[in-house]
Amino acid sequence: MEDTGTVVAFWALAIITIGSAFMVAAVRNLIHAVVFLVLSFLGVAGLYITLSADFVGVVQILIYSGAIAILVIFAIVLTPQAGRDNAETSMRLPAVVLSGLVATMLGYASIDTNWSISDRPGFEETASAIGVALLDKYILPFEIAAALMLVAMLGAIIIVRDEGTEGAAED
Amino acid sequence: MSVDLEHYLMVGAILFAIGLYLALAKRNFVGVLMGIELMFNAANLTLIAFSRFVESESPIDGHVFVVFVVTVAAAEAAVALAIAVLLYRVRDTVDVDKANLLKW
Amino acid sequence: MPILAKWYDFRDLGNAIGALQDQILDWGAPDWVPYVVSGIIGVVGILLWLLVSQIIFIWIERRVIGLMHNRIGPNRVGPMGLLQGVADAIKLLLKEAITPRATDTILFWAAPIAIFIPAMVVFAVIPFGEGMVLSDLDVGVLFFVAIGSINTIAVFAAGWSSNNKFALIGAMRQIAMLISYELVQVFAILGVVIMVGSMRMVDFVEWQSGNDVWMFAIQPLALVAFIIAGLVEVNRSPADISEAESELIAGFHTEYSGIKFGFFYAAEYFATFALCGVIVTLFMGGWTLWGLEEWVPGFLIFLTKLYAVFFIFIWARGTLPRLRIDQLMAFSWKFLLELMFVNILVVGLETLIWREGGYDAATVLPIFAAINWVLAIGLAIFWARMLGHGTASSAGKRATLTQELGAIYYEGAGTPGA
Repeated sequence: MEDTGTVVAFWALAIITIGSAFMVAAVRNLIHAVVFLVLSFLGVAGLYITLSADFVGVVQILIYSGAIAILVIFAIVLTPQAGRDNAETSMRLPAVVLSGLVATMLGYASIDTNWSISDRPGFEETASAIGVALLDKYILPFEIAAALMLVAMLGAIIIVRDEGTEGAAED
Repeated sequence: MSVDLEHYLMVGAILFAIGLYLALAKRNFVGVLMGIELMFNAANLTLIAFSRFVESESPIDGHVFVVFVVTVAAAEAAVALAIAVLLYRVRDTVDVDKANLLKW
Repeated sequence: MPILAKWYDFRDLGNAIGALQDQILDWGAPDWVPYVVSGIIGVVGILLWLLVSQIIFIWIERRVIGLMHNRIGPNRVGPMGLLQGVADAIKLLLKEAITPRATDTILFWAAPIAIFIPAMVVFAVIPFGEGMVLSDLDVGVLFFVAIGSINTIAVFAAGWSSNNKFALIGAMRQIAMLISYELVQVFAILGVVIMVGSMRMVDFVEWQSGNDVWMFAIQPLALVAFIIAGLVEVNRSPADISEAESELIAGFHTEYSGIKFGFFYAAEYFATFALCGVIVTLFMGGWTLWGLEEWVPGFLIFLTKLYAVFFIFIWARGTLPRLRIDQLMAFSWKFLLELMFVNILVVGLETLIWREGGYDAATVLPIFAAINWVLAIGLAIFWARMLGHGTASSAGKRATLTQELGAIYYEGAGTPGA
């Protein structure tokens, strides 16, 4: 991808994504961390769009920035006195070392490997192709994912269901 | 100057490392969860980048994979946050260090 | 359009922009320059249109609601009060933007901006006329929904950073509402997407003009659900419970004043305009009007329809009482969502029959329309009955509290409710 727009967009979005991800780790307030997390998700969505993956990019905005960030906010608000600070445990230094090593290893592997790059242009239309693939080649995983969603939903409801208000819930 | 597969892979690697750090080092359960979500994102970004650049018979498979990952991530987030709420209700804390009933 | 197709053909502003782009390329500019220039022209044009429309519609809305309430409405500033919107805007600009001491300052300042961005960005995918769409995305409708979901974060940031219990309650209500009605909205859109077979905004318009029918004639249920979900999404009365004055002062923007409040106010208006634009595109034929678009500029037809839809929102605001939060939630989860499931099932079946049978659109669509109208009305009545509304036994429900209080009061003399 040589054109100026994509290059500029890539660097801007990469800086936004990584910068806000770093801020998630750095800020002291958990609510601020969520806001930076959303910014990071949006940056990743933008990166998807530079990769001509518009459907996945929009889904990323819808699910991550919309739904999962809201779930995280709910979790923070529903656990009030537990503190909204974003502090580290005593394992901070080992974690820094380990994640640094992982980043170095992944980066080295990605540069060192000789990828078989194709020179085909970006996707013209991804949504219909994904739809066809989901209902044709990947129909079984698709069904399993649907069942998983149902199980997760039921599980989440049962876990947080307050035993004391059972009578009120039936009303 | 051009943008290639390696650039995206590097972004993915750094994002993954930050997510890993969050998951390992944060004291708050929700913070750990945010780290896991960031790692999911890094993996998805890598998949999409491969799907765009690497030689393949059906390049859309990477996108399908990402759709599945997003689905599983949403399910995982819902259950994990339910666990966080329950943990707070039972132990009055969301500090992962203090959730040590099974520790010997 | 064979008669006039030059750049000076005012029926399509896209012509002029296209001529300008060609001219810029002729001057030897690099490829990205016309792209950027046309983008800037589009953005500035949309922004100007929005600001003017908003200022006018502040006046129209207040006057119309005044008429509905049998009072006069604003009539002091300028002729017939026409300059009321301008006066309001100047007032908001000049007022002091107070930042209370206990707020989370950064988020408090970021929230009005953050709520403004999605409200603006949505207009990128709305086709105002033929060729008059900033970015004709392959996933246009989904983009609209996705951008709408970012709102929640901004609203939460506003409510939480205000450090005010009413603001926080309002923000949490707004989040609950948005989550519940986003589902309904997506399912309502899905019915249309199944039938058209595309998520591109322009394709909806072309499908409707190609088949000479407006989508709402075929899928009335989807339109009603979409309008209701949209009312909740843009947080307008009767669904404005997250800023219910009688309960929460002003909800999530209680602590905002001056231009920061103005941002929330403008964003709400912009979001409503965007919603009307999407309704017009999806259900009312967009910029086409049975051949009239050959003679009249398409964007004027589009804007006329948009304002007509906006009138529905004003109408709802002027006539319907505000709902309670639990009523609104129950309405989404127990009523609208089930109806939408049935709608998708029926529309999917119809589309399958249509595609597999290879029938002519002119023969099939009237039948589908008839089936769907009967189904919509019948299902709404049936499901309301199932939930216990509109029956003899539900008539007494309103007095439950009185009966309970009465039972306490008359404790010695038996229960009057029994």
